[in-house]
Amino acid sequence: MATQLEPDIHADEEAFRTEVQQFLAANFPAELKGKANALAGVDGPTDETPAQTRWREAVGGRGWGTPTWPKEYGGGGLTKAQAKIVEQEFAKVGAYNPIGGMGVMMFGPTLLEYGSEKQKQEHIPPICRGEIRWCQGYSEPNAGSDLANLQTFAEDKGDHYIVNGQKTWTSGGQWADKCFAIVRTDKSDKHRGISFMLIDMDAPGVEVRPITMISGTSPFCETFFSDVKVPKENLVGEEGQGWTIGKRLLQHERTNISGGGRLASMMGRSLGEIAKRYGKTDADGELADKVLRDKIADFEIRWNSFLLTARRAVEESKAQGGVSEISSVLKKLGTKLSQERSELLIEIRGLQGLGWEGDEFTDGELEAVRGWLFGKATTIYGGSTEIQNNIIAKRVLGMLDHQ
Amino acid sequence: MAVLNEEQEMLRDMARDWATNESPVAEFRKVRAAGEPQAYNTEAYATMAEMGWAGVIIPEAHGGSDFGFMSAGLVVEELGKTLTASPLVATTIAASAIILGGSDEQKAKWLPKLASGETVATLAVDEGAHHDPSAIEASVSGGKLSGKKAFVHEAHGADLFVVAARDGLYLVEKGDDVTLTTRKLTDQRSHADVAFDGAAAEKLEGGGDTLLDDVLDRARVLAAAEMLGMAQQVFDTTLDYLKQRVQFNQVLATFQSLQHRMADLFADLAQMRSAVEAGLQAVDGGFGVARAATIAKAEANRVLHVISNQGIQLHGGIGMTDEYDIGFYLKRARVLEASWGSTSYLKDRFAKLSSY
Repeated sequence: MATQLEPDIHADEEAFRTEVQQFLAANFPAELKGKANALAGVDGPTDETPAQTRWREAVGGRGWGTPTWPKEYGGGGLTKAQAKIVEQEFAKVGAYNPIGGMGVMMFGPTLLEYGSEKQKQEHIPPICRGEIRWCQGYSEPNAGSDLANLQTFAEDKGDHYIVNGQKTWTSGGQWADKCFAIVRTDKSDKHRGISFMLIDMDAPGVEVRPITMISGTSPFCETFFSDVKVPKENLVGEEGQGWTIGKRLLQHERTNISGGGRLASMMGRSLGEIAKRYGKTDADGELADKVLRDKIADFEIRWNSFLLTARRAVEESKAQGGVSEISSVLKKLGTKLSQERSELLIEIRGLQGLGWEGDEFTDGELEAVRGWLFGKATTIYGGSTEIQNNIIAKRVLGMLDHQ
Repeated sequence: MAVLNEEQEMLRDMARDWATNESPVAEFRKVRAAGEPQAYNTEAYATMAEMGWAGVIIPEAHGGSDFGFMSAGLVVEELGKTLTASPLVATTIAASAIILGGSDEQKAKWLPKLASGETVATLAVDEGAHHDPSAIEASVSGGKLSGKKAFVHEAHGADLFVVAARDGLYLVEKGDDVTLTTRKLTDQRSHADVAFDGAAAEKLEGGGDTLLDDVLDRARVLAAAEMLGMAQQVFDTTLDYLKQRVQFNQVLATFQSLQHRMADLFADLAQMRSAVEAGLQAVDGGFGVARAATIAKAEANRVLHVISNQGIQLHGGIGMTDEYDIGFYLKRARVLEASWGSTSYLKDRFAKLSSY
């Protein structure tokens, strides 16, 4: 097959690259080199060092943390090619993107699609500047996989709603400023009785209780709403349109869980290489434990074909101008394989791989244990594996068409 | 499905049309019924060669189209869907050996004949029931090759053998010093133990130390392409069946346990396709071939094994009948799984390539 050559780089792209390099030279604090964005995830408080604040403000001011979002709302307004240049140049100097979190990954793209002009003007710029942290008010004690069974009720009071109910698994709820939530506005219709609204986490009547997980961390919360007043201007879309909007947002979430760089970087290291450090090798330099060696090779072959599938999904989507049907398998494959890897890593390290705390364990060993435990959530949240299977059977394989 | 260029799409569509209309599984049944050890229809192979399929990887200067392995894989995949019996894969693998290791004279002599379909060729490496290129006893002395090769694919139709001896690959033409013993396997295709008794042999001098491995990697990706077509066909047929078959007043497709099983197989098939296409593309790109071919064949083995079993299970009793096609895929599947590297062989190779 003919190899496609890179198109000639246009002169203006080259000029833009120079602009990014100059920006980095002027603004990126050297002490942050190689660091990750501490605020990108959902599991940490909003404490910044002065350097982190400077860096966030510099990038946020340009809108380069959300490079392709429209400029009028504080985004970078860049083309995809320019966004790629920003990414490349940041990577070259070891600079992280300080703009992240749920506002960027999930809520922003959804609001840009469904929000009113006024809502976009109000909420998108602070996301682009990394000033506001959002959390997701979706799951409830009796609405997990059956999300549409949610009962949190917003009663119409003319110019505002009064919200009562309980959300759970609110990621980062204890650190969030605002919550995008789906709530019930009509008890007579399961799906069309749901509306999408924005709730201030410091409004009177909002109470947040962190939940301690099996990994020992508390990244999730229970969130209680007791007579919380929500102005009607915080309704996104029409009343009753919440299920449609809410599902759209979940697509962004799944993309982030399955295709995220986090997963790829986690998987970068060959397990065989790690196993050689923890176990014996034979005269040929091969792992002496042949059963373990077989397990590792078996896993890594499947891991490789998963990576190839993720790449193919992107290529197909680009070529077709729509989402490739194999995108539907990425979440279930990626999460299953990452769990398998965590289990193998423990097997490779033996009891040294099950440390809870203590100086006798390396940071890498301890992180792997917490990651193994927390990773059990990945096949449950964002649409469990079983829900993914339902979706594949129904939407891709058409197994309910003949009912 | 990988993103294809226009030539590749045309080639794929042509192969799909021909396989569907001219070479459905009913044609394979006729070959089986005829009971000839050669086990393919020579007219059908002549037609395939006329359409250019035997020369897809052969340079234009030698009568081929030089479209490469990704393109060859597309044709092989389509033929795999209908279990078309032919020496196309065997000949293409043999051609790759001559392209990689042959002298200008050898290329000029053989490649045009392979491309035109006039000559059928095959690769003979293994000497036992298991793929093991490290255990070759066949040897050459004074230009004469002696040794025994086991379960050689398409041996009955072959005019030319590419034979692995201890010190390299050799070309041997069929003749009195080459004796075939038919080994009938479950797939009802041509397989034979081949005894070379001082047969005139000409060495493939080029290609360097890795020639045998390089040729085997090409055999692996092409076998994997055939397996991909088979897996796709079993999956599609099974899905159609589940949508039609009614039990308990419900079509089977509405049962959640079957939906989830099909979702799992769909994901497996996606991985298999990605791995196989990447293997074919790696050969064309010339980069990371050993690793990519190992992954391609290992995934093809894993997924076709599961899908061919589930194809029977999900069809229920009718899947057990000879009248129904699905069993043919199971029987061919195991033969291809064992050829050019079983799963355990390939996992070992992957670990070696990864230095553990």
